[in-house]
Amino acid sequence: MAQPIISFKDYGFQYTAQASPTLHHINLDIYPGEKVLIAGASGSGKSTIGSCLNGLIPYAYPGESTGKLTIGGKDPKESSIFELSQIVGTVLQDTDGQFIGLTVGEDIAFALENDCVPQDQMKETVHEVAKLVDIDHHLEYAPHDLSGGQKQRVSLAGVMVEQVKVLLFDEPLANLDPAAGRVTIELIDEVQKRTGAAVIIIEHRLEDVLWRSVDRIVLMDEGRIVADMPTKDFLSGDMLLEHGIREPLYLTALRYAGISITKELEPQHVESLTLSGEQKEKVRSWYRDNAGLTGAKKERRELLRVENLSFGYTPEVQNLKDVSFSIEEGEMVSIVGKNGAGKSTLAKLICGFEKPTSGRICLEGRDLSGDTIKERAKTIGYVMQNPNQMISKPMIWDEVEMALLSGDMNEQERKERVEETLKICGLYPFRKWPVSALSYGQKKRVTIAGILVQRPQIIILDEPTAGQDYHHYTEIMEFLKELNTQGFTIVMITHDMHLMLEYTPRAIVFCEGMLLADTTAARVLNDPSLVQRANLKETSLYTLSVMCGIEEPQEFTERFIAYEEARRRR
Amino acid sequence: MAKIAILNYIKRSSPVHELTGTTKLIFFIAWSVTSMVTFDTRVLVCMLAVGAVIFKVSQIRIRDINVVLGLAAVFLLLNNFFIYLFTPEYGVELYESRDLLFTIVGRYTVTAQQLFYHLNITLKVICVVPIALLFIACTDPSEFASSLARIGVSYRAGYAVSLALRYIPDVQREYRNISQAQQARGIDISGKDKLFTRLKNSVAILLPLIMSSLNRIETVSNAMELRGFGKKDKRTWYTRRELGRNDWLAIGFAVVILAAGLIVTFWDGSRYFNPFLRW
Repeated sequence: MAQPIISFKDYGFQYTAQASPTLHHINLDIYPGEKVLIAGASGSGKSTIGSCLNGLIPYAYPGESTGKLTIGGKDPKESSIFELSQIVGTVLQDTDGQFIGLTVGEDIAFALENDCVPQDQMKETVHEVAKLVDIDHHLEYAPHDLSGGQKQRVSLAGVMVEQVKVLLFDEPLANLDPAAGRVTIELIDEVQKRTGAAVIIIEHRLEDVLWRSVDRIVLMDEGRIVADMPTKDFLSGDMLLEHGIREPLYLTALRYAGISITKELEPQHVESLTLSGEQKEKVRSWYRDNAGLTGAKKERRELLRVENLSFGYTPEVQNLKDVSFSIEEGEMVSIVGKNGAGKSTLAKLICGFEKPTSGRICLEGRDLSGDTIKERAKTIGYVMQNPNQMISKPMIWDEVEMALLSGDMNEQERKERVEETLKICGLYPFRKWPVSALSYGQKKRVTIAGILVQRPQIIILDEPTAGQDYHHYTEIMEFLKELNTQGFTIVMITHDMHLMLEYTPRAIVFCEGMLLADTTAARVLNDPSLVQRANLKETSLYTLSVMCGIEEPQEFTERFIAYEEARRRR
Repeated sequence: MAKIAILNYIKRSSPVHELTGTTKLIFFIAWSVTSMVTFDTRVLVCMLAVGAVIFKVSQIRIRDINVVLGLAAVFLLLNNFFIYLFTPEYGVELYESRDLLFTIVGRYTVTAQQLFYHLNITLKVICVVPIALLFIACTDPSEFASSLARIGVSYRAGYAVSLALRYIPDVQREYRNISQAQQARGIDISGKDKLFTRLKNSVAILLPLIMSSLNRIETVSNAMELRGFGKKDKRTWYTRRELGRNDWLAIGFAVVILAAGLIVTFWDGSRYFNPFLRW
């Protein structure tokens, strides 16, 4: 047996700034050429393991370690972050933040520059590596001219120039739209095959990573390794949900149909499933049995209407082209499409941050074009992606009250309104707390409360669940759903396919500034041509239903979602 | 995204653009030193003429940089105003003669010497500012860091400049987004409120901006360390270009300007060219 390239032996770690250890008794060997997925909920310690591997621990994040760790035969404590960086190459989560150079070429060359490689040799290597990740035609581009997926290629090329033995990816899918995420997974697979490097992927989006085979899955929870086994065996167990990770949808569907997941099913990909005729019949009969779950659409009153809206930041480029749709009171709608399709621009126009070049936006039949940002904010609320982009007061109460201070309410009215809002958002017990004591999900609630306090009729949220694991995702989405049942109309900009399927009956799809489709979420994801044009990804449910000979895959998806919801209710 | 370009690299093809960053930096330093040191009107007028030719050759037009030029003009006026306010007869002292033209009020006299002094101050600024702007507008930001390193500045410091250039657009975009979202919560910084309220309100935008910038700094410094930044005392540069014939000519020209300017200036033993001196 070959020597492991990375070896943890009863390893533990505690950050200097923290009261208790983050990692406990880690035993993990990684061999050259292996492909390993480290999965786990937020706070499970999976990112800490990543930092141990690339040397950020202990060099950038000091702390106390116990046990033994060797990387390429060296003890990181006696080596340096530079030496480690020649063994382990890291692609960080934030594709934008880690782009150091002013152009693609420079960024890829960064490690070589630091290594004093002569310029002609450097140019040659950069070109070679850029070709390998298919970015060689963009060497002169600046970061803001690139898509998220392209930036990730650049990051990958940037670590590959050092011919590292291990490639470490820290949540590579977090900032990408579904199709770009899929391409990234394919790229990682290809690069590994060509270079023979070991690949470690830290990610909680299991189904997306499993688009390409992974040798082994390591599951983390509360700083411990709770499972370390080949993919097949791992998926046949049912430890995923227990540890806050979402199981691939096709497996959940099989379970609902009463089929137990075994190794023999080849459960690692939906395509690899080997279902017997009997099992397929089970799926079909589950489908028939749940026919009554999907209900008819309710008649509602129109609230927001967008008519022939066009807009461009510069006269040459049209970011939105002749967009029309309407949103009814009490709806929960997803706006989807690839990065740069015009989703955020649309939100900005609705909120009045930008002025349309033509077309109009009406609320309850009234044209909004004369209203200022502040006036519109009373009826249309906007919540930014990251709560840290909005929170500007140290105390929760003040943060929520802020929007009321410029209005004409007296102190008593304000107090009542803030209290009521805090109660809606489940933050009332924390009303006297500082914001800093809250978790990410709770902070998100505070920012939503800060908007709700103005009692808008519509709330627009930009990527409400980006970067959240299944547990926090569910927490945030259930909260929004609760608000929706209380009568708030909710519009979400997202590229999370699960969110769109599970929580929003309706989806509006954008592509290159145009409205491509406005239909049910299930229909969107079961239309292959639409999926492709909007950079989305069909769900594995689609593939499964086709495999089982169900004629209306979209209906299968809808029944699955309705069934899940009914289960959650119980 | 909307461009908020006030002063940045303007890509055009011109002989000035083709020079390496190092050449332009050396030229700029020599030029500024000369015009800062000299008070010799003859030198300044010559430099002004040369500067105008360089500006013409560079393909950069006045309207590309008119905002900054306007600002510079305002500062120049203020500068002149305050000099006169505090030392209305400084020229007399300097040129050791006094030709009174007329008196405004009290000690505020107008002398030929004072006017001549103001003329020189103004000429100096007019010489330096356009060349400084040209330096920024014609130098590819990628070359800044390597140029600084070539003339002996530590590459770590040079890279700080380069990184700032890299992140300015990002921070601007972030500022815009945050400020829009906060305006929607009743935060108004546009000027209808009282100054104190406006200051207080701007904190509501700056605090989140600072928090997100700190995150950015952490990410980028980790990314840099993970790719070996600071490993060695030296580093090589992907974008550095070797000096060509025109570069050496330009550097030679810069040295000539510096030398000639200083020799002419100090020929008679003083920084100040004095047309009032009677023999």
